[in-house]
This record gives sequence, structure tokens and C-alpha cells, in this order.
Amino acid sequence: MTATTTSATELAANRRDIRPGRIITWTLLLIGGLIMVTPLLFMFSTSLKTAGQVYDLKLIPAAPTLDNYIKVLGDGRFMQWFLNSTFIAITVTASNVFFDSLVGYTLAKFEFRGRYFIFLAILSTLMIPTEMLVIPWYLMSSQLGWLNSYWGIMFPGMMTAFGTFLMKQFFEGVPNDFLEAARVDGLNEFTIWWKIAMPMVVPAISALAIFTFLGNWTAFFWPLIVTTSKELYTLPVGISSFSAEASIQWELIMTGAAIGTIPTLLVFLALQRFIVRGVMLAGLKG
Amino acid sequence: MASVHAYQQTGRVRFWDRLNISTKRVIWAWTFLALPILFYTGIRFYPTFQAFWLSLTNWDLLRPAQFIGLANYQKMFADPIFWKVFQNTFLYLLVGTPLSLLISFVIAYYLDRVRFMHGFIRALYFLPFLTTAAAMGWVWRWFYQPVPIGVINSVLSTIGIEQQPFLRSTTQALPAVLVPAIWAGLGFQIIIFMAGLRAIPGTFYEAARIDGLGDWAILRKITIPLLKPTTVFLVVFSSIGFLRIFDQVYNMTTNDPGGPLNATKPLVLMIYQTAFSSYQMGYAAAQTVVLFTILLIVSLLQLYVLREKK
Amino acid sequence: MFTKAKLAGLAAGISFLALGSAQAVEIEYWQYVFDSRVQAMDKLIENFEAANPDITVKQTTFPYADYQTRVVAAKVAGQGPDVVQLFYGWLDQFVAGGLIRPLDPAVFPHDAIESDFFPIVSAMKRGDDYYGLPTAVRSLALFYNKAIFAEAGIEPPTTLDELLAAAEATTKRDGAGNITSAGITMDMAGQDHHWWRENLVRQFGGEPYDAEGNVAYDSEAGAAGLKFYTDLQTEHNVGLLGFMDEGQAAFRAGLAAMTIDGTFRLGAFASNPFEWGVVELPANAEGVKSNYSSYFANAIGATAEGEELEAAQKFLAYISSPEAMEIWLETVGELPARRDVALTEANLADPILAPFLSGLEYAHTTQFYDEAGQRQVAIDMVNRVLLEGQVIEDSVKQAAEAEQAIIDAARQ
Repeated sequence: MTATTTSATELAANRRDIRPGRIITWTLLLIGGLIMVTPLLFMFSTSLKTAGQVYDLKLIPAAPTLDNYIKVLGDGRFMQWFLNSTFIAITVTASNVFFDSLVGYTLAKFEFRGRYFIFLAILSTLMIPTEMLVIPWYLMSSQLGWLNSYWGIMFPGMMTAFGTFLMKQFFEGVPNDFLEAARVDGLNEFTIWWKIAMPMVVPAISALAIFTFLGNWTAFFWPLIVTTSKELYTLPVGISSFSAEASIQWELIMTGAAIGTIPTLLVFLALQRFIVRGVMLAGLKG
Repeated sequence: MASVHAYQQTGRVRFWDRLNISTKRVIWAWTFLALPILFYTGIRFYPTFQAFWLSLTNWDLLRPAQFIGLANYQKMFADPIFWKVFQNTFLYLLVGTPLSLLISFVIAYYLDRVRFMHGFIRALYFLPFLTTAAAMGWVWRWFYQPVPIGVINSVLSTIGIEQQPFLRSTTQALPAVLVPAIWAGLGFQIIIFMAGLRAIPGTFYEAARIDGLGDWAILRKITIPLLKPTTVFLVVFSSIGFLRIFDQVYNMTTNDPGGPLNATKPLVLMIYQTAFSSYQMGYAAAQTVVLFTILLIVSLLQLYVLREKK
Repeated sequence: MFTKAKLAGLAAGISFLALGSAQAVEIEYWQYVFDSRVQAMDKLIENFEAANPDITVKQTTFPYADYQTRVVAAKVAGQGPDVVQLFYGWLDQFVAGGLIRPLDPAVFPHDAIESDFFPIVSAMKRGDDYYGLPTAVRSLALFYNKAIFAEAGIEPPTTLDELLAAAEATTKRDGAGNITSAGITMDMAGQDHHWWRENLVRQFGGEPYDAEGNVAYDSEAGAAGLKFYTDLQTEHNVGLLGFMDEGQAAFRAGLAAMTIDGTFRLGAFASNPFEWGVVELPANAEGVKSNYSSYFANAIGATAEGEELEAAQKFLAYISSPEAMEIWLETVGELPARRDVALTEANLADPILAPFLSGLEYAHTTQFYDEAGQRQVAIDMVNRVLLEGQVIEDSVKQAAEAEQAIIDAARQ
């Protein structure tokens, strides 16, 4: 980090003479960024328009109204889907944080025959696409009565090879001395992991949590297949189904899309630094 | 009752105490791994083999599966739609990956030097990554409409350019579907590239400056080579993403899924339709085996490139 | 210590509770999502539950695009509906998949069905069994926007030539020639494929299928019919495939002067913020008229057993009763499936319903084997001409082969 700051100041110092170039770069970056959020702006703007105003394509609605939100949220479906998605994403995230860390830790810090084999076996599952597994999962779910249930939506993601690999990388950086000291104090291995090792990899845990949560929050393919009743839809499946039913009433479709987007945007605005750092960590070690 | 219980407990403690430390740790390790091993076996490996097996059957959801050998594969390789879909899938991959990496690298490279409102501009690029593809598919679908409703075409016709058919064209539809996919992934790639850029020690740059290298030479000789692990990671990550594209296509073409004339249909949508609209589970399983093979090749290429580095 | 009276009271309470739980049957009714249909069904359920306090009906709906998938998936999950709505063209697939059960002739006598309903109910019969009964039947007509027609100073068309002229007169374009308001909607995924198959092909002198049900439109007539349709966009620029995404959306937004749609759209169009009218589908120069009639029927799910089956039969009987048909007509606008309920003087004099009822007289009902697949063939046929510039005759030929393959596969 210190090295970075030096290089940045260095560069800045070297470039003080070519200011116009930097201003142009900055302006272009800003314009690019604004283009990136244009679809979102139009989405929000249209969600505040009446059916008649949809065609004027103005970014700022002439007479903004929350009628669409009242209409879309009115029957409670979106609320139900929102709760479903939240419950599912939180449960799966908790499971991943627990199991991926536990397995990553075991593979990083325990010596036993078969360790490398287990590691390779888990890693190799990264190469199996979900799409290949959905048909057997579907068969399995129908035989075990898991179709159309929260568990049916969640079970494929309860542990992931990516998370395990990420956590293993981080646990390898935890000094053994700490763990040995705890062992001398007579703590059992589970407690050592949970009380000593886990607190030392909190940044990694948060990165894993962010990724797992976001991945499950936006997941579409498997929930689309496994849910048969509307009460169990997740938000993305609900939005898709709602939009298809709305007979191309764009103001309602945009409202549905906006409702699906607002929660993650709010969370991001609140935790921006945290999330960006988490993504960076996961990307560098993963 | 109570004494027996106590006896058992002491017995167990004694047995446990008699083990040496490394044996104890092995037992702990396998205890920790027990449930995960069960999970990976039951929910990853067994279904994989089952998918291979199902691809050799005519299972159709309603009647029991019968072994039919390689008939599904013969049918697939003789089906022009499959080859069209195969071609589309690679188009998504071969256009999407380089394009998105190039754009995100350029942005990350310049954004890394910007200090004024850095956080704000970074947030603008990152926001689309947090959206739900299923919802954004509908937003983009609206963008692509003809006049008078479509935003892009309205802009085009205001500045005197002929309106474009976008999703209603066999040539433009695939790029039109690809754009939202690239758009949604850019933020992630930019952040990762910036992390990679910052991990390059400043001393390298200082040394290069002392040697009198210009901006372009530094970029070519220092930044890009040192960024290779990051680039490889992103290539693999986004390749897999584009190979598995589904959410956008499904939501942008609901009236004629994967259309017009299968111009946008990727392999995963074909799998979905075969399995869950026509219920030809065996045939769909054969298609998933093809997807698996493609991903395997991409992954092996990754391993090969990474090994070469060391 | 209980006294005898208390004991008796308790026993009575228990048996009452047991009785109550045994009689509260809940059955599930499934249909696809279409606002007015859902509202109509809500009303029917309300009436039915009032008359049968021991039965509750839960309505479940899905988007049209994956409705069939959901029915099959639910069967696999063992949670199928007790009464389910299906398009007549899906019957073979539903029967083959074991999704529905035949109607018990003791509850639904065949001679009563055959004498009371319009003859197209026969499409619900396989062998000696009826598998479902419709509440309503549908036919097509031409909807037109009265304001746009008044502005252009023209009358609604009665022939194909007049249709062209009217479309020409009502299309609005911007400076670049882009359509900003269409003369007529073009939406092959909507009802236009029926219009082409059962109207245009016949009006240009051919027929879509032969007596055995094989594809017969690979002919000059088929090509001429397709040319008439695609020319609307390529030659006359009065319509654009994909304009406003869906034809009905364009008409509802007031951005299309005409659209061909069915009775089921009347409810949705009722809230249009402009006046609109309905006329019969235009005839050809020789006065040949045709129409496509179809229906969604209600059937009893294969998983319904015992008291649920009994409740399902009661419910099915109610939703195919004259009373239900009147409610359906009022709410959805679809024509009653029973002759005497449909052909009343009031209905025949109604300016909106009359064109549809007349259409029913000369309508054809396509024998579908795989409705979605056959529709896709028609969509692709038009797309090949409009998007890839394929020669019309070749496109028709290719479509005929593809559709025949679907039919052959289904017959095996």
C-alpha cells in the first residue's frame, strides 16, 4: 500500500506539466461512468412515470408519481419474493462462510494422508458447470420431494470450491505459532479454528460473504427450474415472470426491475469501501 | 445408570488421551471434512456421472429412462440448430471476453491515476455489477425498441441516423444481447485490474523512469507482463461467464426464445428448452456434456498458461 | 371428574371438529396469467365457494410462456392442480403425459355435452372419452382505433384491399421514414400466425392442411398469403414486426390503427384511453371469409383423488355452467361455449360481440399436435423472409417441411 502511494505521487509529480491531458482523461472517465449508469437512470425515471409519459423518453419525469410502486408492491408478491431471496442468500452465505472456511482451514493447516487428493477433488468441481448438474439435481429433488422448497433452491450452493480455495489461500498466511500456542493452552481444534484462526482472516470472510450473497441474490437459472409455485420464487425469477405477464407495460416492468435493484444499491452505498476491498481481495487470491 | 454413564465417559477420555497428537489431529481433520465430503460426493460428483449416464438414455420426465447408446449425440450432431447454437456460444465467448477485458483494462489503467472524485467515478462503473441480470435484460430490451419507444433508436433518429433493428435482426441481435452482459461485468473487471495494478511495486516504475522509458514502454514492458496473473484470472472468469450466458437471452427474447431464427440462442438456453420445455431430459443431458467438454478445455488451457509462468 | 353431560359435550365437540376438517376440501385451479381471465375466475370461485361452503378453491397462475412447463413440473413434484386449464391444441400432450384424467360420463353425460356446446368441443374428445369442457370459445376480428380512423376520414375495411388502403392512410412516419404509428400491427407470435394459416392461405385459394391433417400450404396460395403478409412491412411499410415489442401493446398505446386479435383481448382493451371498434376479419375480393376459433378448456388433474376429485368435478361443472359463461363473457369478453348462452338476441345485436359471433359461423379450428412448435415454425417462416430476405416460396416450403416433421413425430 505504501509502495502504491509513492508511485501515485511520483506519477502525479511527473505529470504536473501535462494538466490538459489529465483533465481530458478525467472528463472521459466521468462520461464513461455516466453512460454506465444511464440504463439504471432510465429505469428509475420510467418507474416514476405514468403509462402515457413512457413515450416522451425524458430522463426527468414531468410529474413524478409513485403510483407504479403502489401498484406493483400492492399485492405483496414482491415483498414475498424479496423475503425469499433475502432468506436464501443469507442462509447460503452463512453455510459457505462456515463450511468453506472449515474445509479451507483443514486443508491448509492439517497434515494427513489424502489431503492433496481431497484438495484436488474439491478444486476439480470448479470445472463442472452448474448447467450439467441441474438435470440430475432436478431428478434428485423430485425423488426426495425437494422441488418447490427453500431447501431445494439452496442445497446446490451450500458449499463451493471457489470459497474453499479462497479460504485455504488465506489460512495458509496465518502463522502456525498462534495455533500452537492455543494448542498448548489446551483448546480443542474446533475452538482453535473458530476463536483463533477465523478472526485472523476476517477480510477474506467478508469477501467470501459478499460474493456468495451477491451470487445467490441474483441467481436465476436454478431457482427458475426448481420453483413451481409463485410463493417460492426468488426476486430475479419473480421479476422475470412479472415482466412477462405485464404485457409490455414498460412503466410497470421498469418498476419491478427497480425494486429488484434498489436493495443491492443501498447496501453498496452503505458499504462501498468494504465491498470494493472484498472484491479486490477475492480477485487477487482467487 | 449414572455410574455406567460415568464409566463410559472415562473410558472414552482414556482412549482419546492415549492417542498421540498427530493422530488426534488426523481425526479432527476427517471430522471437519466428513460433511463436506458427503456434500461434494452427493451433490457434485454423483450428479456429474449421472448426467453422463442420462445422456445415453431417452428419459423424458414422465416415463422411465431407457438406454439408447449414443443416439442423443447422433441426433445432436446432425441437428443444424445445435451447430448454430454452438457457433453463437463461441461468438459470445470470443467477442465478449476480449472486448470486455480491453475496455475494463483501459478504464482501470486511467482510473487508477485519477484522484479527484475517484470513489465516485469508480462507483459509477461498479454499480451495474450489483444489478440482477434478469431485471436488466428487460431494461435493455426496452432500450432496443424501435421508435417511438426505444431510447437508442430515438437518439439515433434525432441525430439523423437510420434506426436499427437490434433484437429484430439476425445479425445485430447477438451483439445486442452481449452488450448488457459486458456492461454488467465491467465493474468487477475494472476493480480486479485496479487491484492488480496496485500490487505492482512502485520501485519497478521508478527504475524504469531512471532508465528513461516512456509511458508506452512502461505499459508494455512492465505493467502488462506483471499483470499477467490478474489477466489470466479475468480471462478464465469472464470466459466461463460468457460460455454460460442465459439470463440476458432468456429475458430479452421471451416472445421467441433465442430468436429471431435462433440468432441469439446460446447452449444453456438450448439445454433449458430441451429439458424444461420439451422434457427431453436425455437429449438435454447430452448437450450439457458438450458444455462440460468446452469448459474443461478452457480450464485446462488456463492451467497450461499458469504453469508456463512458473 | 367429568360429568356425563360434559363428556357428551366433549364427544360432540370432537366429532364436530373431525367432521369440519373432513369437509373443508381445498382444491387448486390453474390457469395462465391474463388479467381479465384471472378476475373472472376470482368471481367464479367466489360464487362457487358461497354455494359450496365446504370447498375452497385456490387459484394459481403462471405466465403463458412457461405455463405448460409448470404443469409438467408440478406433476413431477406430485403437486399437480385439481382443475387445470389447457389449450385445446395441447390435449394430446397432456393426455400422453398423464397430466389429466377423462371426465366421468356419469357426472358429465356425453349426449348433454354434444347437444349443448358448440361442435368444436369435439376437439376435447379422444376415443370414447371427453377430457375437458370449455367455458368460452374465441374467434378473431379486426380491432380498429376510431380516433385514428376519424382523423384519416376512412371507414373500417371489409376486404383485404380496403385493409391495405386503410393501413396506408393511417400509418404515421417520422422524417426518416420510421413508423411512429403503425397502420396495422404485425406480431406473428400473437394471433397473426392463425390469421395467415386459416384465413390468408384459404383466401388466396388454398388450404392449410389436407383431409388427413397433413400440411398442404406449400402451394401458390400459401406463398401468396405469406407475400400479402410480409408485403405489409416490405412493400407498403404500414407495419413493422416487433414494433412496440408486441402488437397488442402498440394498439393499446394508441400507436397502431388496426390489430387482429381475439375475443379474449376485449377485457384488456376495455381500459384503452381511446374509442375503438371491432369488425369481422376482411374478406378477399371474391367475398371469401374465414376465421380461426379456438378455446381453452378446463380439465381435471390426474392427481385429484377421493373428495378432492369430487370437489373438482363440482367445480368443473360450475365453471362450464351457463351462469359461469355469462360472467366470463362480461369480464373477459370471450364467447360462451354453450350455444343457447351465446346466440342470444342481445349478443347478436352487440356491436362488439356480433363480429366475433359471425366469425364463429365460418371459423376453422386448426388441429394442433404441438401448438408451440407449430407456432414457432410460422414465426420462423416470416422471419426468414423479413430478416434474411429468403424467397417467399422457399420459406413456405421450408416451413411446410418443418411443420410436417412435427406432425409426423407427434403421430408416432
